[in-house]
Amino acid sequence: MSAAPEIRAPRSTSQTGRVAPQYLRSGGARGQFEMLAWLFMRLSGIVLVVLIFGHLFVNLLVGEGIHAIDFGFVAGKWADPFWQFWDLAMLWLAMLHGTNGVRTIINDYAERDSVRFWLKVVLYAATALIVILGTLVIFTFDPCPVIDGVRHVADYCPAP
Amino acid sequence: MPTKPAGTLYRGREGMWSWVGHRVTGVVIFFFLLVHVLDTSLVRVSPEAYTAVIGAYKNPLMALGETGLVAAILFHAFNGLRVILVDFWKSGPKYQRQLLWAVLVIWLVAFAGFAIRHLSLALGGH
Ligand code: HEM
Repeated sequence: MSAAPEIRAPRSTSQTGRVAPQYLRSGGARGQFEMLAWLFMRLSGIVLVVLIFGHLFVNLLVGEGIHAIDFGFVAGKWADPFWQFWDLAMLWLAMLHGTNGVRTIINDYAERDSVRFWLKVVLYAATALIVILGTLVIFTFDPCPVIDGVRHVADYCPAP
Repeated sequence: MPTKPAGTLYRGREGMWSWVGHRVTGVVIFFFLLVHVLDTSLVRVSPEAYTAVIGAYKNPLMALGETGLVAAILFHAFNGLRVILVDFWKSGPKYQRQLLWAVLVIWLVAFAGFAIRHLSLALGGH
C-alpha cells in the first residue's frame, strides 16, 4: 500500500498547495457581494412564500376566483394601503430574486465574456423597466380615470 | 494528472433533478412575472384595456396554463424552503433526499387542491 494521497484544497496550485489568488472567495475586489446575494435569495424566498401564496389565494381561490378579476377588483384592492404595500413588496422582492437567479444562470452557461456581459445588460434593463413601471402603476393608479374627456365612473367613485 | 476535468460534475439522483426542476421553474416564473407586470399595467391605460387583457386569462386554454404555472410556483416555493433547510439546518444535508420526498408530497396535495378549485371556477359554467 502506498502512502495516502495528499488531498489539496479545490483549485489550489500544485506548487504551493494554497488556493490560487484568483479563486479566493473572500476579501476580493467584489467584497461580500456574492455572499449577500446568496443570503438574499434565501431571505427573500421565505417572504415570497407568504406574499405569493396570499396573492394566489385572494385573487384566484376565494369567491368567484378568476371571474371576479376586472378593473374594479384592482381598484378595490389598491384603495387599501395594505394591498398596495403587499403588491409593492412582492414586485420588488420577486424581481430582485428572479433577476439574481437568472444572473446566476447566465454566469453558469454563457462562457464568452462578451455574451455574458450583453445578456446581463439586457437582463438588468428589463428588470429596471419592470420594477419602475410596476411601482409607478401601484402609486399612480386612478380608480375613476378621465380618459379623453370621458369619465369612467363606477359606483365607488365620488359624484362629479 | 489529467489536464481537463474527467467525466461530469452532474451526479444525478434526487439532488441533481431537484436542482434542475428548481432552475427551470425559476426561469419560467421570472418570464411570466415580466408579462404579468405588463398586463397589470394596463389598468393605467384604461379600464377597457385591462378588462380586455384579463379576459384573455379567462379562456379555458389559459386556465390550463395558469394551473401549470401555479404547479411550477408551488414546486419552486416548497423546494426553495428545502434548499434553505439544507443550508441552515444542521441535519439538512443528511436528510436532503427525504426532504425532497416531503416536498413532492406537499406539492401534490397543494397542487391538487389548487387545480380542483381553480379549474372548476375557470371552466365551470357560469
Ligand atoms: C415562492 C417563494 C420562493 C422561494 C421559497 C424561492 C427560493 C429560492 C431559493 C432558496 C433559491 C436559491 C437556490 C440556490 O441558491 O441553489 C432560488 C433560486 C431562484 N429563484 Fe426562487 N424562490 C421563490 C420565488 C421565486 C420567484 C417568484 C421567482 C421568479 C421571479 C424565482 C426565481 C428564481 C430563479 C431564477 C432562481 C435561480 C435558480 C438557479 O440558480 O438554479 N423564485 N429560489
